[in-house]
Order: sequence, then C-alpha cells, then structure tokens
Amino acid sequence: MPPIELFDSATYSIQFQVNSEWRKVRVRAADTLLDALREGLGLTGSKSGCDNGDCGTCTILVNGLPIKSCIMLAVEADGQQITTIEGLANSPVLQTFAEKQAFQCGYCTPGFIVNCHGLLNIHPDANEETIRIWLESNICRCTSYEEIREAVKSVFAAHSADGAS
Amino acid sequence: MIPIDFEYYRPASISEAVESFQYLNKRKKNPMYYAGGTEIITWARTNAIHPGAVIDIKLIPECNVMDFAENTLVIGSCVTLSALSMVNPFPLLSESATGAADQTARNKITLGGNICGRIHFREAVLPLLLADSRMVIAGQQGIRGVPVHDVFLEQMRLAEGEFIVQVITDREYLSLPFVHFKRRQIGNVGYPLVTLAALKKDNQVRAAFSGVCAFPFRSLEIEQVLNDKALTPTERAEQAIDKLPAPVLNDTEGSAGYRKFVLKQTIFEALSKLGG
Repeated sequence: MPPIELFDSATYSIQFQVNSEWRKVRVRAADTLLDALREGLGLTGSKSGCDNGDCGTCTILVNGLPIKSCIMLAVEADGQQITTIEGLANSPVLQTFAEKQAFQCGYCTPGFIVNCHGLLNIHPDANEETIRIWLESNICRCTSYEEIREAVKSVFAAHSADGAS
Repeated sequence: MIPIDFEYYRPASISEAVESFQYLNKRKKNPMYYAGGTEIITWARTNAIHPGAVIDIKLIPECNVMDFAENTLVIGSCVTLSALSMVNPFPLLSESATGAADQTARNKITLGGNICGRIHFREAVLPLLLADSRMVIAGQQGIRGVPVHDVFLEQMRLAEGEFIVQVITDREYLSLPFVHFKRRQIGNVGYPLVTLAALKKDNQVRAAFSGVCAFPFRSLEIEQVLNDKALTPTERAEQAIDKLPAPVLNDTEGSAGYRKFVLKQTIFEALSKLGG
C-alpha cells in the first residue's frame, strides 16, 4: 500500500472506494470515518448517534464487514472498500425492512440494514442465535425490535428459499 | 468528533514501527501504538488522552498471524476478536472474545488492543493467564519473549516504545475442559459484574477473573482453595472470595456486596461444571 499523501501536519489525502466509486477526500488524522462520510462526502445515511461505538446507527461495511464508522479513523479506510446505506438502496434487505415496517423514527434503520446485509453476506446460513448476537450491535430507541427481528428473519427465509430453488 | 489533532503513521514492519516511535518520542509527540484503535478514539474524543501521533501497526505481517507453529498457537496482536471467534483455534479465548463489546465492535477490536486497554475488564487476557501463554514484545532493544505472568500484572507492563507483536500458547492448553461465565446485571451486552474463566489441567482447576476488582487477575491462592478437596464446593466458593487480591468493585454495574454474591454463585457453578 503506498504511503498516504500528507498535506500539512495531521491532514491527509486518502482514497477509498465508496459504494463502488473511488473517492478522494482530505481528512484530519483525527477524523472518524463517520465524519469523513457525512461531512467530507455528503453521505448522511450513516447516522451519528452515541459517537462511542455503542449504538450502531453509523454502521457501514468495510470490505464487506460491518463496522461502526465512529470508532474507525478515516485514514484507516485508505484503499479500502466501503459500503454505506446509500449503496444498498435497492437491496432486498432494505426492501424487506420497508415491507415489514421495521422502524419507527427510522434513525437506527440504516445501521440495522447495513449490519443485516453484512450478516447475510458473511453467514448466509445464520441460525437464530447468530442473528441474535449480531443484532445486539444495534440499538433502537423506539423499541421496534420485534418488527426488525421479523424483517431479518424474513430476509434469511427468503434467501434460504432462493438457495433451495 | 475528536477535538484534538494528531499525526498518523502506518509502518509496514516491526522495525519501522519501533523507529517511528523513537523518532516521534524525541519530537515530544506523545506517540501511541494503534491497533483496532477503538479505545484510543473513545478516550481522545472525551479529551482523556492527547496523543500527538498514532502508529497504526495493522499492516505489520507478524501482527496478523493466526497459525500453528510446531506445538504452539501463534496469534498476532492485530487479529480482531471476531476473527478469533470465527476461526476458533482456542475455544476458551473465542468465548472470552465474544464477551467483549458487541459483534460489529469486535470486528474492529484487536487482541492486543483489548489486553492493553485502560478500562479494567481486558477480558481477552484471562485465557492467556490460564494457559501460561507467552508474549512476543517488540521495542528499541529488539524482540523479546516473556511469560504473560511477568508482563501482565494488573495491566500490561510495557517499557516505553514497546508493543505486543504476538501471543504464543502451547497447543496442549487449547483443548482442555473449560468454563466461561460472564454475568451482567441486565441484558446481554455491556460490562459485567463478574467474568470467570476457568480450565482444568492435570485435575486441577485454574481460574481467572475480570470485573471483580479493578483489574483482571489469576490468583494461585484462590486456586489453592478451589482445589482443596477437603472442603465442600460451597465452602471453597466462600473461602475463595476471602482471598481476592484487591477490594471488590463498587460501582454502577453493581455494589461490592452484590458482586461478591454473584461471584460466589459463579465459582460454585464453575466447580460443578468442571467437576472440581
């Protein structure tokens, strides 16, 4: 990996692939990836919640793996493949969340959808226990958990049926 | 938002990392090694730490190993907790790792970062204490191997400019019978009242604890009591909590009295399951 381009003390030019498009952005080393996505690139689908790695509203995929973007520095993303909720606009997971009304205020929804998408990619045969463990990463303050659980189960059931056919 | 500025370095080798530290230290940059970085970010965000530079060691190949070498398991310090659980070369370590934070946080938190953390749980160290693991540490003097017991005393005792490269565990420990309990007051996510990891070797129970005192520990005095067959399991559990190495935590997770109660029950359960 080539060295990161240093502009001045603590300011860096980095490049990463966001939703299949290479983007270049100048960041402070102390900027979180959430800052860079929202303020640097205008991708505001990832929400700022706790900013402390607890709530999961800022979840994105880094090389396919769900990670909370508030506990990752933007400079760490240099050269990596990032997917935000904007990149999942037509995904079956998003459609299912909408159909099952798996939200109330909707603030937590992007994080849940991205996490569920990652889970589906990494563990397409996830059992209920694995789904439960993964969903613990996201908090919904409106307590829409039941609808969200239904949506996720429905996504996996549909995926399983597709695989079987 | 992190309200301070720092510089970012991304060395590709151990020597480059150590040299970067020396260089930055001489320039009074207060450098910090950075692996998963989750704690550094959260502490910096609240102004509790002020690094002038971070040295990201994730590109160093030796820090990313997870493999067997002869009769040992070698795990790099930058292996994430979720990767440890997924590959599962050391089931007790996997279970301890799964107890830390939550899944998406564990995709970022590393083994080395967890052990070196400032919060007092640092639970990934418990299995290493029980398995007499060895730490490979790099610094200005070169690379040294040292028993975990010599370098983890309440917390990691690293000299200035040192960082953990790898953790080495003898294969014989990986398949020993074990139990792992993480007891919280509410829910499945969050800090525990009590975490107990125990394994049985040569018919002797070894036990290590986190969340009980202000640091994780393994106590030979406690193990002596736990293995005293002249006592009933209940008596052993009761006497064990009299041998704790420091005052029991008394905080928002739970009072000291409640923690002692939960600890006693947990020890009893561990002994029952391990056939102590």
